[in-house]
Amino acid sequence: MAQQVEKDAADQLVSDFTPPTAAVRNLRKLSDPKPRRAADGDKITPGRRVGRIAMYVGLIIFAIALLAPFAWMVLSSFKSANEVFSVPVKWLPETWVWQNYVDIWTESNMLVWIRNTLFLAVVVTFLQVLTGSFAAYGFARMRFKGRDVLFLLYVGTIAVPWQSYMIPQFILLSNFKVSNTLWAIILLQAFGAFGVFLMKQFYETIPEELSEAARLDGLSEYAIWRKIMLPLSIPALASLTLLTFVNTWNDYLGPLIYLRNPDLWTIQLGLKSFVSNLFDTNYALLFAGLTISVIPIAIIFLLGQKYFVEGIATSGLKG
Amino acid sequence: MATITATEAGTAPPPVRRGRSKLRLRNTLIGWSFILPNFIGFGLLTLIPIIVLFYMSFTNWNVFGKADWVGLANFQRLIGDGSFRISVLNTLYYSALHIPLTILVSLGLALLLNNKLRGVAFFRTAAFFPYITSIVAIAVVWNLLFSPEYGPINEFLRFIGIQNPPGWLTSPEWAMPAVVIVGTWRDMGYYMILFLAGLQTVPRELHEAARVDGANVWQRFVNVTLPCLRPTMFFVTVMLTINSFKIFDLILVMTDGGPGQSTLVMSQFIYRKGFEESQFGYASAASVALFFMCILVTIVQFLWNKKRSS
Repeated sequence: MAQQVEKDAADQLVSDFTPPTAAVRNLRKLSDPKPRRAADGDKITPGRRVGRIAMYVGLIIFAIALLAPFAWMVLSSFKSANEVFSVPVKWLPETWVWQNYVDIWTESNMLVWIRNTLFLAVVVTFLQVLTGSFAAYGFARMRFKGRDVLFLLYVGTIAVPWQSYMIPQFILLSNFKVSNTLWAIILLQAFGAFGVFLMKQFYETIPEELSEAARLDGLSEYAIWRKIMLPLSIPALASLTLLTFVNTWNDYLGPLIYLRNPDLWTIQLGLKSFVSNLFDTNYALLFAGLTISVIPIAIIFLLGQKYFVEGIATSGLKG
Repeated sequence: MATITATEAGTAPPPVRRGRSKLRLRNTLIGWSFILPNFIGFGLLTLIPIIVLFYMSFTNWNVFGKADWVGLANFQRLIGDGSFRISVLNTLYYSALHIPLTILVSLGLALLLNNKLRGVAFFRTAAFFPYITSIVAIAVVWNLLFSPEYGPINEFLRFIGIQNPPGWLTSPEWAMPAVVIVGTWRDMGYYMILFLAGLQTVPRELHEAARVDGANVWQRFVNVTLPCLRPTMFFVTVMLTINSFKIFDLILVMTDGGPGQSTLVMSQFIYRKGFEESQFGYASAASVALFFMCILVTIVQFLWNKKRSS
């Protein structure tokens, strides 16, 4: 009896902490590229026209606020060193200095930073997707003692910021002699609860009958995960892959604490050191470096925008 | 471990039910085997550090790993520490600005982009590009945009007739609002996606019915949209609160707590005491404070949500 109450409380907590399923199911509409035409019955009254104009004005203001900083960054990366701070502000460079993009490679350790970051992002993403989807199957499809308590532990850590336990974690990893190695970042990022949530949420939308039928056919649970659930959850796997990759690529705090050796620096650490190390920082050069660091993310984002939106809205969690 | 449980479970129940309990045991083992690979990492890197944290906060753990039990000394010191008090107040100040502003902006955007307008599909996805852009790039670009003399923002403010635009990151009064603006700019797309997903659940019929009854746009928003959004609003508020309390990376790269201590937040206080001054015990006590702030405010929000939904 008491156990039942406990379980209900756990269910309540979990459902409170996850966006409504109906919302998740409707998500696909969000990334629908074709705007639906207004219903034929809608008459355009003067009041409505004013409303529409106001909405477009809002959209334009929003567009400027959203895109101006990016435009500023990219345009400045083509300026000469002095021109970045010209008064009055000029948006377009006077002469386009493509040389910035050549110089940043020779004047910084860009190649090493990118190599480290890429290595981390790939390994972390692989481990997170593998262990996350594997554990999610256990939570979504297996019934066993302790499952709900365990999941509650996972959910509970949402309310616990990493900043509050970064110190004991650092001491633990230092004792394992992995601090100041790339392994520290891999361990730090690869086993987050995030992947488990996202995949569990998706697995629960897959009809139970499918795995039931496979079980009757004599497939083991592991085979059901590999042959049925994994292929069916490709959209969710794509979301998780992209979000984890981008997250690791952009991570600043983890590398800041753990990677002291400049040969291990990620691109974020490297660029930050580039800002603070030189008194007469060549900002045009720095902007070229920043643009290079953002480009891979922009490309990944453009290719997989649908998966980003679905992933974020499904789990409602990140970081 | 597995064999011990197996024999216990196998002998204890009466023979009739042995088949079922065996099946149950098998399920338990398989279930655990699924969760274990992730759980080892999760337990080792999240659960154990959280437990160790509480122990550490009662010791004077330092860089040599020497740790003596000091009882509540760290917490007593914390209460008397002016920097810590400032960091708590600054964290609350950031949250008090950032939470309502972000809800307002992201809900507004979600409502705007829920319309049938041209270009909406593009903005729905482009809106959270800031959220996935690197924090270093964001900081450098915004630092320049905010530059008092050379920055485009102040140039624009002078252009529209404001004679003495704020010094932003160089002024103790305006540094925090500037960080809040950037924080909101970065987060708005993320929460907008959550609100958009919530808006999909608002039944169209309810809106139509309200319109037939003569309700105007504002009345429909207050009486139809907002009540339907309650679960989303709850979720967004909880996440926003935790994310505001733990704000760190943005501060670290934009202001580093300055000018003076005007943007020193709790996470940074922990970082300074722990990683820069190697006072791990003392930093842990501050971490415990942050931990309980987040847990407490989450519990309060849960109870409030439960009361309102019943």
